[in-house]
Amino acid sequence: MSLRIVVCVKYVPDATGDRHFAEDLTTDRESVDGLLSELDEYAVEQALQIADEADDAEITVLTVGPEDAKDALRKALSMGADKAVHVEDDDLHGTDALGTSYVLAKAIEKTGYDLVVCGMASTDGTMGVLPAMLAERLGVPQATLLSEVSVEDGTVTGRRDGDAATEQLSAQLPALVSVTDQSGEARYPSFKGIMAAKKKPVESLDLDDLDIDADEVGLDGAWTKVEDAAERPPRSAGTVVKDEGDGGKQLAEYLAGQKFI
Amino acid sequence: MAEVLVYVDHVDGAVRKPTLELLTLARKLGDPVAVHLGPNAEEAAKTLGEYGATRVLAADAAEFADYLVVPKVDALQAAYDSVSPAAVLVPSSAEGKEIAARLAVRIGSGIITDAVDLETSDEGPVATQSVFAAAFTTRSRVSKGAPVITVKPNSTSPEAASAAGALEELSVGFGEAATGTKVTSRTPRESTGRPELTEAAIVVSGGRGVNGAENFPLIEGLADALGAAVGASRAAVDAGWYPHSHQVGQTGKTVSPQLYVATGISGAIQHRAGMQTSKTIVAINKDSEAPIFDLVDYGIVGDLFEVVPQLTEEVKTRKG
Ligand SMILES: Cc1cc2nc3c(=O)[nH]c(=O)nc-3n(C[C@H](O)[C@H](O)[C@H](O)COP(=O)(O)OP(=O)(O)OC[C@H]3O[C@@H](n4cnc5c(N)ncnc54)[C@H](O)[C@@H]3O)c2cc1C
Ligand SMILES: Nc1ncnc2c1ncn2[C@@H]1O[C@H](COP(=O)(O)O)[C@@H](O)[C@H]1O
Repeated sequence: MSLRIVVCVKYVPDATGDRHFAEDLTTDRESVDGLLSELDEYAVEQALQIADEADDAEITVLTVGPEDAKDALRKALSMGADKAVHVEDDDLHGTDALGTSYVLAKAIEKTGYDLVVCGMASTDGTMGVLPAMLAERLGVPQATLLSEVSVEDGTVTGRRDGDAATEQLSAQLPALVSVTDQSGEARYPSFKGIMAAKKKPVESLDLDDLDIDADEVGLDGAWTKVEDAAERPPRSAGTVVKDEGDGGKQLAEYLAGQKFI
Repeated sequence: MAEVLVYVDHVDGAVRKPTLELLTLARKLGDPVAVHLGPNAEEAAKTLGEYGATRVLAADAAEFADYLVVPKVDALQAAYDSVSPAAVLVPSSAEGKEIAARLAVRIGSGIITDAVDLETSDEGPVATQSVFAAAFTTRSRVSKGAPVITVKPNSTSPEAASAAGALEELSVGFGEAATGTKVTSRTPRESTGRPELTEAAIVVSGGRGVNGAENFPLIEGLADALGAAVGASRAAVDAGWYPHSHQVGQTGKTVSPQLYVATGISGAIQHRAGMQTSKTIVAINKDSEAPIFDLVDYGIVGDLFEVVPQLTEEVKTRKG
């Protein structure tokens, strides 16, 4: 029986760009180029490795996001995923984490799955809560923040490097995992992969397809509200001196002046 | 007055500092009720009371250690159901965020993560967050349900305020999902004897410029002279020079100390995301163009192998 893997990937504004908020205080997705969240590349990579180990596996990459989010799906397909699902609907604009997890859960259920793979956090919101929320909604075990993961005989195992300890985890499929950037470098799409990706199926779903009412999601349906967003004032220019042999002493003098020593 | 649930982060009953910060912030919103899961609740209750917990709801069960996250969510939800709090505060650790996330789904509440401050308003608590690698500061609130908010370490200084800290047993029934993910083994992190990275008042970090694991004792030496924790950039961690648990940045720890010392670190956006809210920043880097210098209060353009030993000596001398 085929192992059905769904990888959740997010399309995010490039973190090295000058990110801003739009007027409605949602993330401005116009001013900065978007891309597949780098942290979700690790999720795609681990899914590909798990699929390689399995006799028979199929990887679906899934995103909830605007039209441009197709780019993220294409990239994942060019890395080697088999097909893609894009949940796209104007009424989704401004959906928060709770709402996104609701939409993702519906889409995952519709797609069918044995294993859901997420990244550790999105590089824009950096909440790191979606995987736990998804596991809760799907009612399957969560084995999250794994730096090593493998699937064998219907069991997923992995290593979680927690704050206080390193833990080995084990859960029965169906299950949800999230993987960290310690799980191993993600592969680059090959030319062949890029060409092949163009022919792979991308299914588009809207809220109707998922039986979701518009007022359950979007900015108005959100469980949280951003009141205001202010650019952090630039740090006042500091003193930078060139070491002429006594740089260490000068720095000590500064630290003493600030009462750190 | 309304009650506010505070999830306690502790090591065998020794309450960790971020929880004391949470209690201090919780008092702005109402009467803190602490939720202690695991052993040694009695010992913890004393500390929690000193920092303002009126009640301490405690539960201990093997499930908390044997299975991942969900048993703790079951317990926190039981506390939520019995208290009906005005808000739920959880420390922003990786596990804390997951517990908070699942609770939020269950009770149908909005969630705000990584708050750095809390205020009250007519419409409930308002949380300050630092976003886009600390380039923006936002103020947000939860518009549905009792707010679930995770708060970053070092967001405030813990202030004692004596309260009863009355220990009460919390009865918890575990759901089917509780035993879904088994923890088959656990290796506690070895203590370095240095302050905890996220809690430390001073952090000294080394990057690619440190140029080898064999040179990290130089960074540790400076850290020890200052009583600081040691951090590392991802480049230093990926090279295997220092453990990942010390990585500062987007995919490592976020630190917000009084003083951050960056040595041999260029200051990439992902690194800045983890340290930009530090109060005072100093850097030692041989490249005067390194972006880290845009952040510093004081910077030395120079070779860290010259500057760091001299600085360490000078700190030791001055401290006598
Ligand atoms: C998704 C993602 C997540 C990431 N997460 C993190 C993260 O959590 N934390 C993190 O740190 N990075 C993270 N990174 C990596 C980040 O982009 C940088 O690559 C990294 O921070 C660089 O580390 P560095 O400053 O030590 O190395 P470099 O950028 O190579 O800088 C080394 C610096 O040392 C200086 N130097 C060299 N020799 C000396 C000397 N003898 N004396 C003084 N100075 C010297 C050089 O001038 C240079 O400025 C992430 C990247 C991605 C894509
Ligand atoms: N809009 C989205 N579409 C698909 N997957 C997502 C989306 N948002 C978040 N995720 C997944 O959830 C993980 C954690 O995201 P977050 O909780 O937002 O930091 C990401 O690494 C993705 O795997």
